[in-house]
Amino acid sequence: MSLSIALTINGTQRTVELEDPRVTLLDLLRERLDLTGTKKGCDRGQCGACTVLLDGRRINSCLALAVSQDGAEVVTIEGLAQGETCHPVQAAFIAHDAFQCGFCTPGQIMSAVGLIQEGQVGDDPERVREGMSGNLCRCGAYRGITEAVLEAQRSLSQAGRKEAA
Amino acid sequence: MNRFDYIRPATVSEAVAAAAAPGSAYLAAGTNLIDLMKGGIVSPQRLVDVSRLPGLDRIEPLPDGGVRIGARVRNADLAHDPTVSKRFPAVAEALLSGASAQLRNAATVGGNLLQRTRCAYFYDPASACNKRQPGAGCDARGGENRLHAVLGWSESCIATHPSDFCVPLAALDAVVEIEGQAGRREVALEEFHLLPGTTPERESVLAPGELVVAVRLPGAAARFAAHARYLKLRERTSYAFAVVSAAACLHIEDGVIAEARLALGGVAAKPWRARTAEAALAGVRPNSEHFRRAAEAALAEARPSGDNAFKIELARRIAVRALALAAAGTPERLPALPASPFAPIPGGALHG
Repeated sequence: MSLSIALTINGTQRTVELEDPRVTLLDLLRERLDLTGTKKGCDRGQCGACTVLLDGRRINSCLALAVSQDGAEVVTIEGLAQGETCHPVQAAFIAHDAFQCGFCTPGQIMSAVGLIQEGQVGDDPERVREGMSGNLCRCGAYRGITEAVLEAQRSLSQAGRKEAA
Repeated sequence: MNRFDYIRPATVSEAVAAAAAPGSAYLAAGTNLIDLMKGGIVSPQRLVDVSRLPGLDRIEPLPDGGVRIGARVRNADLAHDPTVSKRFPAVAEALLSGASAQLRNAATVGGNLLQRTRCAYFYDPASACNKRQPGAGCDARGGENRLHAVLGWSESCIATHPSDFCVPLAALDAVVEIEGQAGRREVALEEFHLLPGTTPERESVLAPGELVVAVRLPGAAARFAAHARYLKLRERTSYAFAVVSAAACLHIEDGVIAEARLALGGVAAKPWRARTAEAALAGVRPNSEHFRRAAEAALAEARPSGDNAFKIELARRIAVRALALAAAGTPERLPALPASPFAPIPGGALHG
């Protein structure tokens, strides 16, 4: 059974033939489309390393069957930077030393981008921690991650205000 | 994961027809199903993808003040819906205390009702499990069972239903709309899940091929909006299933409880409506003595299924605290840690 699906990935339209419906969105990105920035940690929806934006919302790509996402828009860590310029969330992670080994970082950053777009947490560090609890960091860089998310949110809202002005 | 056929029907009736074939399973977001398939715990021969079916993605206010929630509405959308969070705040709090933001963005209403137990023996194909393989036995009975059921369990199965969302739904008289080959029918949420008895593999009233299409909350449930809370004790601060939880909803008139609703989570194979506790609260003042008496009534039938006697007293205390929080009033904004016993307590001490 061959199944053809169309996805927009980081702004580029892709058509993919799936020989087998068992392929997850995570495996499709990593194994078929050479987008290995998205990481496979637990592969069971528990660690958040595979977080991507699907139609603008953060999800665990390890639990999403690729075939079921036909027509969707996907943004991965590779789609954030503008050329050589880091996305504000990436820049804030560097500024706040929000990682050690880096394995969870793409998922943390994609989750933070999703969280900021959701607009629910304000400037409350407790709400940021709760909103980021689906992303585990075994190096324990949580303090830096929380600071980075708060700073990125501030800089994005300032940029938004400038753009609107 | 086993091989399977993938079908994406265009309508509810096509879906129901396709899923009536033996070995079929519905796929919505897949946040539980794909996990179970990866572990070899379930191995459907055919997945019927209902994630795009038209008409199932709406939250519709009803003329009676209630709300009809389509089965594929996402947990996050439901929790942040202005009507739901205003009229049924315990539902929003329960949803936001469950899983992670990523999972809440994907997981659906129908899938939440039908999620499987997180019993570790159910999840381990090398263990005996009557639910996974009828007649195989239950390794949980003599195993690590501190988190297992204390109400409604049987010798065949001591697993619990893991949903947070279903707990306030049971308390608030929610109704499940079901579509099958024989047409549409409705079942009270409280009757939707089955206790294990001798057939723990049967977890709900759904017949093969039947599809949950919506959940309805009646307008009468909105009268508790000013005094409605969900409280959930977990083994870590966030992103964990309940050890025990409680939804408490009070309708207070002139300083007296006119009507109370109480349901418990994490204690049985279904969300546990505590009707004797509700009766004990009707017409009394909302104070700790009455809350304690109601909690005693709620757990009167409880007995340990293993190394979990502590859950009975814990459930009483969570019920008392949920009732006290409800009496103190629904907060204007949900706390940073929804449903958490670690959240600040309005009005101070609850241990009086």
